Amino acid sequence: MQDRPTIDELLEAVRRFLADEVVPATDGRRQFLARVAANALDLVRRELATEAAHAEREWRGLDALLGPEPMPRERAELAAAVRRRNQALCKRIRAGAYDAGSSERAALLAHVRATVHDKLEVTNRAYVDADAKRG
Amino acid sequence: MDPARITAALGPLLERELGGAVTLSGVRSMTGGAAREAWALDATVSRAGRADERLALVLLLFRPGGQRAFSAHDELRLLQATSAAGAPVPRPVLAGEVEGRSFYVMERLEGETIGRRLVRDERWTKARAALPAQLARALAAIHRVPVGAGELGFLPRPAPGVPVATSEIDRLEELYRQVTVEPHPAFEIALRWLRAHQPPPGDVTLVHGDFRIGNVMVGEEGLRAVLDWELAHVGDPLEDVGWLCVRSWRFGADHLPLGGIGTREELFRAYAEASGREVDPEVVRFWEVYGNLRWGVFTLLQARAFLDGVVPSVELASIGRRTAETEWELLNLIEGRAF
Repeated sequence: MQDRPTIDELLEAVRRFLADEVVPATDGRRQFLARVAANALDLVRRELATEAAHAEREWRGLDALLGPEPMPRERAELAAAVRRRNQALCKRIRAGAYDAGSSERAALLAHVRATVHDKLEVTNRAYVDADAKRG
Repeated sequence: MDPARITAALGPLLERELGGAVTLSGVRSMTGGAAREAWALDATVSRAGRADERLALVLLLFRPGGQRAFSAHDELRLLQATSAAGAPVPRPVLAGEVEGRSFYVMERLEGETIGRRLVRDERWTKARAALPAQLARALAAIHRVPVGAGELGFLPRPAPGVPVATSEIDRLEELYRQVTVEPHPAFEIALRWLRAHQPPPGDVTLVHGDFRIGNVMVGEEGLRAVLDWELAHVGDPLEDVGWLCVRSWRFGADHLPLGGIGTREELFRAYAEASGREVDPEVVRFWEVYGNLRWGVFTLLQARAFLDGVVPSVELASIGRRTAETEWELLNLIEGRAF
């Protein structure tokens, strides 16, 4: 076990340095890139906080569409398995299994919408918030 | 390149083109792109018996080996053709070669191009009110440029006998399969949807290909010039109308599909009036879906440059995480839930 600060606390410290000290002290292209870098750290913090829940939801959604499979616990193994299953899903989409009129289309759209929503929770929450506000 | 060499090389060429004695001054480097250097310069043209003419110019000098869609001569031809059709573009002056590198010179215009400012700042309120009709008229003019046999022959265009929509979907799908690292179910859904919703064959015209807020120069009074012609091609004019509505260029004003400044209805009405072409909202929706997928594939392409180590920039890395925005909007459009 590492000592404090935690990963999250360290990332926040670096983000604050970029946003509060580098951004005001620079201009033009460098200032823009410092802002982008600070935002990227924010994104990493949100991903670390949500990735387990998001992976679980995506896996269950794929289970519902492709049939259940045990979910790997090890991180790299899980990533490889999710990619393999998404490739299988893409192949089914390309073969027309979910075209208009298919009884599975609604389930597919709901699953893809939920996984994209989870990605945006990490990468650009304002995007989905704007839609939610509209109702 | 440096100012002295530019002055020495360009002076005689400009004198021949403009028919007078040319004095160049204020040669200075501007922010260029990856493919070319940009230089600002001021020319004074003296002709016998006439008052001096002052010209603000920009020199675009292609970098050796840089990626580019068109040659300098072809870009100049495109500006000449669109200008002749009445589209607001920087006045084209001349193209040539200097020290083995190709270049062209056009008029230098002042104005705002940053989308975020144009959509949000109070300073541009008047411009925002004028822009929908001006953009529609500019598009109508672009779409009148002759692109028949032998005209602007360098432009990409559909193979004979292949419908425009099919040709565009094919090209985009090929690029997607080439660049994608991860599977994208939302993009596969969009590709199926596009194949099933191709509009019936209509007019085939010049298409700007990247006509949006951010690629036009705006003054207090509104539109000054249409810029960034690198993605021009021959296709369906409504492709430009759909692209203009893609959510990624609304700069936070999501409820205004016309680039964060106007409604779809406003744009369709103004474009129909200016072009005499009927606007079927379903056909524009097809091209808006296509546009979101195209921008999504472009984000993959830019992220690839980072992933392959070609451009190790935090900006391109971050663009890789913007793909999800286009996936979201594709689902909204396909399910009839878009703004």
